[in-house]
Amino acid sequence: MTQLALVIDLNVCVGCHACVTSCKEWNTSGVAGFLTDENPYDADPTGTFFNRVQTYEAGAYPDTETVHFPKSCLHCEEPPCVPVCPTGASYKRKEDGIVLVDYDRCIGCKYCAWACPYGVREIDERQQVMKKCTLCVDRIYDTALPEAQRKPACVLACPTSARLFGDVHDADSEVSQAIRERGGYPLMPEWGTQPANHYLPRRRTGCGVSEEEVARRDGPLASDGRVPGTLAALIAEAEATASGGR
Amino acid sequence: MKPAFSVILLTTLIGAAQGLLVAVYGADVAGRLGFTDAPGRGFVVTGAAIAVVLAALGLLASFWHLGRPERAWRAATMWRTSWLSREVIVLPGFLATTFAYGAGSLWGAAWTPLAGALALACCVALFVCTGMIYACLRFLQEWASPLTVLNFTLLGCASGFTLATALAAFGLADDHAAALGTWAIGLAATALAVRAAMLARNARLRPRSTLQSATGVRHPRLAQTSQGLMGGSFNTREFMHGRSRAFLRGIKWAFLVLAFPVPVLMLFLGLLYGSVLLLVAAFIVQYAGLLCERWFFFAQANHPQNLYYQVIS
Ligand code: SF4
Ligand code: SF4
Repeated sequence: MTQLALVIDLNVCVGCHACVTSCKEWNTSGVAGFLTDENPYDADPTGTFFNRVQTYEAGAYPDTETVHFPKSCLHCEEPPCVPVCPTGASYKRKEDGIVLVDYDRCIGCKYCAWACPYGVREIDERQQVMKKCTLCVDRIYDTALPEAQRKPACVLACPTSARLFGDVHDADSEVSQAIRERGGYPLMPEWGTQPANHYLPRRRTGCGVSEEEVARRDGPLASDGRVPGTLAALIAEAEATASGGR
Repeated sequence: MKPAFSVILLTTLIGAAQGLLVAVYGADVAGRLGFTDAPGRGFVVTGAAIAVVLAALGLLASFWHLGRPERAWRAATMWRTSWLSREVIVLPGFLATTFAYGAGSLWGAAWTPLAGALALACCVALFVCTGMIYACLRFLQEWASPLTVLNFTLLGCASGFTLATALAAFGLADDHAAALGTWAIGLAATALAVRAAMLARNARLRPRSTLQSATGVRHPRLAQTSQGLMGGSFNTREFMHGRSRAFLRGIKWAFLVLAFPVPVLMLFLGLLYGSVLLLVAAFIVQYAGLLCERWFFFAQANHPQNLYYQVIS
């Protein structure tokens, strides 16, 4: 059984909102019709989006950490939004686990939005039907697109590759590995919704070069015939060259 | 949550209609079984008719809540999983059986008791469906309790019995007014006890979701600096009532006073002095109190999604 999902790396997301705009662009021009905006160029602009990027701050000044946090439908494996829908408009696809809304069946009762703890469903104020992330179901299977582009618009747009896309039920997929090896976690696990989307936590970043890596005999610098000394010696040599050259 | 007036009207109107049906059918059955004198055809027919009108108004109000009312019939399809869908089926069922019960009583049809029993069954099912729509949402902790269903049932019955008392005293079943009024007072008292238990429970609730569990950022000091949008969205409109704590407290006291002690006193005095006017006023005051109660019921529920929508920057 396949469960497509996004894995979002909070360690590299820079909060640029490229995923938000590309999502809006793709999905407002899609087969399902536009995503309503009201007063887009006026006071109090408001509109329907599938994806939002939020920002949080941890710690107290001056020891703070800023976390940019993209959020869209998590395509839960136990989606509480689906069984409550009285019309069957909200459903979860068996073949790939994507949770979708059939806009032709939705009566706009908003009950599904009440039943989603994550605040990712938005009613389209013009069309009066419920909308939410589709994982770009209308492009990931489109054989008219080059294979590399059969991914959600947000994933393709992300300049830092903070968004990974794939099957979280396939243990060897990029997303499963990322979840396993980089501490992937779900949001609000307390409600048993089992979100398919996962987040990768912030990590401490540092310089990963050790002295030994530079100094060893089979190091890449050995190829020019000079066997490098210690890192300190290398730096001293570099500094000498720099000052001598002036 | 943001209280939707359409849903407030729906739940209070059908609640009163259901309570009225219980009262009328109860008096009818008590008469048939010989416990009391039969309440008279006029009382049963008028009672059932008013119940139908109130429930129909409620149904109308529910359409107003829908974005696409023209597709409302589709809502009857998912009754296997959705309490809302079940309500959508049972409410017309209640209307139809109550209508049949009233019509049968008018013509003196032999199947009237059957229609009445079916109406009662629909009535009970409707109370359960309406309450469960809210009680089944587990992360709306204020609602996720059997008390929600009990509260809807008792408040509906209390207001329905108050209305039935006024109706009986109107000359339709004078000798039943005292008994119905006593029931109305007893139901209001029980409802108050349940509502107070709900308030006490909700005051002690601790939200299971926190900003930490919502984002997975496990720092004790965590705050949102931007919700990612500036002009508001469905998420900032639908899930927050936007009123002050003082306003909320005011509404709470309004319903605690208007829905319980005041109508009880008016019922008592109305029966004591045989004043129909006072009994009708008791129903109106109680209904106003129930509007406040339902507003508060919605406003008090704290949706975990609100954790994500705190700060504009
Ligand atoms: S994130 Fe919300 S809308 Fe998406 S599947 Fe889960 S409960 Fe449903
Ligand atoms: S708003 Fe639409 S999708 Fe959501 S529960 Fe109602 S009918 Fe179903």
